[in-house]
Amino acid sequence: MPEELKTDSVGLVSPKCIHFDEALTLRSGKTLSGFDLMIETYGELNQDRSNAILICHALSGDHHAAGFYSESDTKPGWWDHCIGPGKAIDTNLFFIVALNNLGGCAGSTGPTSLNPETGKIYGPDFPVVTVRDWVKSQVMLSDHLGIEEWAAVVGGSLGGMQVLRWAISFPERLRHAVCIAAAPKLSAQNIAFNEVARHSIINDPNFYNGHYLEANTYPKLGLMLARMVGHITYLSDSAMREKFGRANTNFESSTSNFGRDMRSGKLSFGFNVDFQVESYLHYQGERFSENFDANTYLLMTKALDYFDPSVDFDGDFSAALKQANCKFLIISFSTDWRFPPERSREIVTDLLKAGKEVSYLEVEADQGHDAFLLPIPRYVNALKAYLKRAHTEIVERET
Amino acid sequence: MRPDLEIIQRWIEPGSRVLDLGCGDGSLLTYLNAAKKVSSIGLEIDAGNIEQCISGGVNVIEQNMDEGLSNFQSNSFDTVLLTQTLQALSKPHNLLDEMLRVGRYGIVTFPNFGNWKSRLDLALKGRMPVSKFIPHQWYETPNIHFCTVKDFDALCYEMQIKILTRTVVDSRHQGSWAMKAWPNFLGEIAIYHITRK
Repeated sequence: MPEELKTDSVGLVSPKCIHFDEALTLRSGKTLSGFDLMIETYGELNQDRSNAILICHALSGDHHAAGFYSESDTKPGWWDHCIGPGKAIDTNLFFIVALNNLGGCAGSTGPTSLNPETGKIYGPDFPVVTVRDWVKSQVMLSDHLGIEEWAAVVGGSLGGMQVLRWAISFPERLRHAVCIAAAPKLSAQNIAFNEVARHSIINDPNFYNGHYLEANTYPKLGLMLARMVGHITYLSDSAMREKFGRANTNFESSTSNFGRDMRSGKLSFGFNVDFQVESYLHYQGERFSENFDANTYLLMTKALDYFDPSVDFDGDFSAALKQANCKFLIISFSTDWRFPPERSREIVTDLLKAGKEVSYLEVEADQGHDAFLLPIPRYVNALKAYLKRAHTEIVERET
Repeated sequence: MRPDLEIIQRWIEPGSRVLDLGCGDGSLLTYLNAAKKVSSIGLEIDAGNIEQCISGGVNVIEQNMDEGLSNFQSNSFDTVLLTQTLQALSKPHNLLDEMLRVGRYGIVTFPNFGNWKSRLDLALKGRMPVSKFIPHQWYETPNIHFCTVKDFDALCYEMQIKILTRTVVDSRHQGSWAMKAWPNFLGEIAIYHITRK
């Protein structure tokens, strides 16, 4: 844990595993007889249990949202710049709960867990889970923690979709919904990218129909390719130009090189890695493939593809949103082309149509979809202002 | 409170639905939310103002009004407000149309370019007027469509908009008998309560 981070960091944290004995029937009709959820919590729950915030993670996130695991740990949780004392999601004001979703690979029950019925690793036999299933399991978690009503449920991307599902299916259990860089449902283009990712994993010779762990291997190349494609969709063209356009060798133009930084000073005239962006993608893909389970990746992309709360309302998303009882904060980022501002505006329009209270922010940011994970001042300040206001409401309710 | 706001708040029914186009830092909606228990939403494009609104618990949507109000349902509000913004729109008449589609009533306020001080600036100095209500130089002004009380009356007539009340105030927001007699000459801010004919 770096010394200078200590004052505004939640500090050392440790995850908890919570076991649920009750069966959970999934959207697919399959049932999990029991399951574990890994969680982390930050801050203190107040006396009337009204200051809790649930953090829903995106595709590759988990329960480790803030803080450090040891004194020597250099990498904090994935949303550390937003969660902590005095930060946007303020641990001085709120009790914050982050979890690893079902089907994940960070300790919650998922494809790498043992199937109690067979005594073997689930692998590809782990049932397909949907956003609705996750939220159902999160409701069970809320009951376990004794939280009747969340002050806010917050999430970005796939996390934002869980937020929408909460608002629609459990309106009496949250007062604020903060949905960042999300969409009412995936577009054909979104699904297409997910299919490329799945195709590359499933066709890796080391995939073994999903039974790769039993074969003591994993589909490294497939997972790498999946992540490389995914990563491209998280960044914007301008973000890539910025990141790989430092022009630090003589060979390159020092004005604008369109992000074409070279690895070395010259072209290889072969099919090796010539440009920085290539080696960056290789590195990201490789690192990801070593830390993430391929079956989980398949499940997460399916959960994305299947998300569509309008299906229960004849395709009318605003009718779905009419069920909600909370206030909404919707945020999008200008260069996000995975879930661009138009998609967030669709949510806003349908919220207005449903007569809901909503605020909407379209943040100018160069970083593409990734922006929701980054400390962009305007975005973070607005989030902080919104949640501070939510806390004022809690205090007013008490008095 | 700004003089025009003091007058228009009287036209807002308690418990009604209010849309404020160009809501600024949300001070009018904050007042209406508390004093009249309205359900309200503001539109704004300035980042600082939006954050102020959020801090104050005012629902605010980042949206450029020049792109219309197509995301709002017809008749979804009782009153749509447009205060001191008309002159900054690229197509003011289109937005007026949209206002009265989305809301039953519209309230519009704008700096009256027919005011004697503006006339004096042009007539005697030969310069574009700069005043408390029109504080910008011509080259940097966001105000691209100035009009006078008479101009707005004519537009309402043309668009078949019914003027329920027309009032003008000056910087001390006094509505004297003289102002009622010569609104286009004495009024600095024009205030209109309008609806469809």
